[in-house]
Amino acid sequence: MTDFPAPPRFRHRSLPEYAALLLVLALIISSLVATAPALDKLGRGIARLFSPSGMLVQMFPPDFSRVVPISWKLLETLQMAVAGCFLGLLLAVPFAILATDRLSPSPIIRHAARGVIALFRTVPDLVWAIIFIIIVGLGPAAGVMAIMVDKIGFAGRFFAEAMEETDPGPQDALRAIGASRLGLIVSSVFPACLPSFTATSLFALEKSVRGSAALGLVGAGGIGVDLKVAFDLFNYDEALAIILMMLALVIAVEQGSGWIRRKLI
Amino acid sequence: MNAPRLAERSLTGPTSPGPVLTVTGLVKSFDGPPILNGVAFALAPGQSTALIGANGSGKSTLLKCLIRLIEPTEGRIEMLGRDVQALGPRDLRSFRAQVGIVWQRHNLVPRLCALSNVVHGVQARLSGPRVWFQALAPAEVRAEAMACLDRVGLADRALTRVDSLSGGQQQRVAIARMLMQRPAFILADEPDASLDPQTGEEVMALLLGLVREKGISLLMISHRMEHTLEFSDRILGLARGRIALDMATFAADAASLRRFFDHQDAP
Repeated sequence: MTDFPAPPRFRHRSLPEYAALLLVLALIISSLVATAPALDKLGRGIARLFSPSGMLVQMFPPDFSRVVPISWKLLETLQMAVAGCFLGLLLAVPFAILATDRLSPSPIIRHAARGVIALFRTVPDLVWAIIFIIIVGLGPAAGVMAIMVDKIGFAGRFFAEAMEETDPGPQDALRAIGASRLGLIVSSVFPACLPSFTATSLFALEKSVRGSAALGLVGAGGIGVDLKVAFDLFNYDEALAIILMMLALVIAVEQGSGWIRRKLI
Repeated sequence: MNAPRLAERSLTGPTSPGPVLTVTGLVKSFDGPPILNGVAFALAPGQSTALIGANGSGKSTLLKCLIRLIEPTEGRIEMLGRDVQALGPRDLRSFRAQVGIVWQRHNLVPRLCALSNVVHGVQARLSGPRVWFQALAPAEVRAEAMACLDRVGLADRALTRVDSLSGGQQQRVAIARMLMQRPAFILADEPDASLDPQTGEEVMALLLGLVREKGISLLMISHRMEHTLEFSDRILGLARGRIALDMATFAADAASLRRFFDHQDAP
């Protein structure tokens, strides 16, 4: 036993800290009250879902009679994802270089590049899709552009972070040799970032495949258009078939990218 | 205890016809008192010079100032016939290309093979994709890189990733990369620091061999007294921001160097 008494269980907090805590609690409660569904309404909705004329019951068995056209649309969705992702990743590299502390030519350019990346990342891909539909019209081209911009925002940030975290030693050594900025980036920074770039690119592809299915809902091509039409016409069994085929595609891409990640990194 | 008896200070060194490096009144301060405070010395070509001093005495800072990896606060540096402070960005690149550096850490690109790392040394003279990786390099560059690897005894490990080589082998690849620069001057910042005694000795012998065979000038930092005495022609000691010891190596012994370390903090 010691003569020292046990310290208090909780640290004494100041008045501003209690005020901040109260403010956070008030925000959470007011948000729940304003937006959360009423329990009785939720209960009635779920019951309606399982009624004989409800959506869930009507979905079974799924209708695969249009499997061939749906498959072609699914292929278009995958192509949109791959093309948009490829272009986005390609363009994310220069943006990331310009946004990196050590590699950017000037602080103004660095802040501008970071601003563009943040803008591309913050605006949702559905909004980009609507913007590109206005520019290039309905169809997969708008979807590809939307995915591309979204991926510049996503990969630009992660590529820049990976480049910031590389060991500066090899870069200093090449700088001391007299290597050009481009030579230094390609021969020293890129090899060091390869595992991180690969992981980010594969995650970007998975995200693109999931996202491209939704882009059709606003008319930017892909399987989403068919899904929306099936729901609008109350063809819930066909909608389920589309959802299951989308699920199979997403799982296949995730498994494939996981395998590549394990092999390469 | 007596202070070491220093050889007479000579700005051009014991046996030099014309200096390859002249430093005058070099000052470098970060936030606080200057770490280098009026450093002055000159080196003759084709000599191996050891720079000694306690930890934190500014040896590495001095080496980095010489090629402006750290910008000096004051003073003048003339190296390989060029006024280093007056060089613009493009000229600075071509000047640095002539100066080979061996770092305490090898600073190789770990995921690349030894040959690609050695090919990087040619970025001192050439630019573009052909010198980014060994697979893209022209035949003559690859042949020269193989000759450099052979010079350090690692030609048979050309395609081995450098992160799977031992510490000594990595340091030798770094020396091969430096040779690929065809340097006229070598700066070595504790090249033996992270190596076992035998490998450290091999690396130092390799550097001295370059001085003797190719007439390249070498300025090296080493904390190992026996390496300082065995692999240098002249010894410079840095203390309190200045050159406080300048002597020919043949006139030095372990006891005199130890006395320098013992007395360098004395007023």
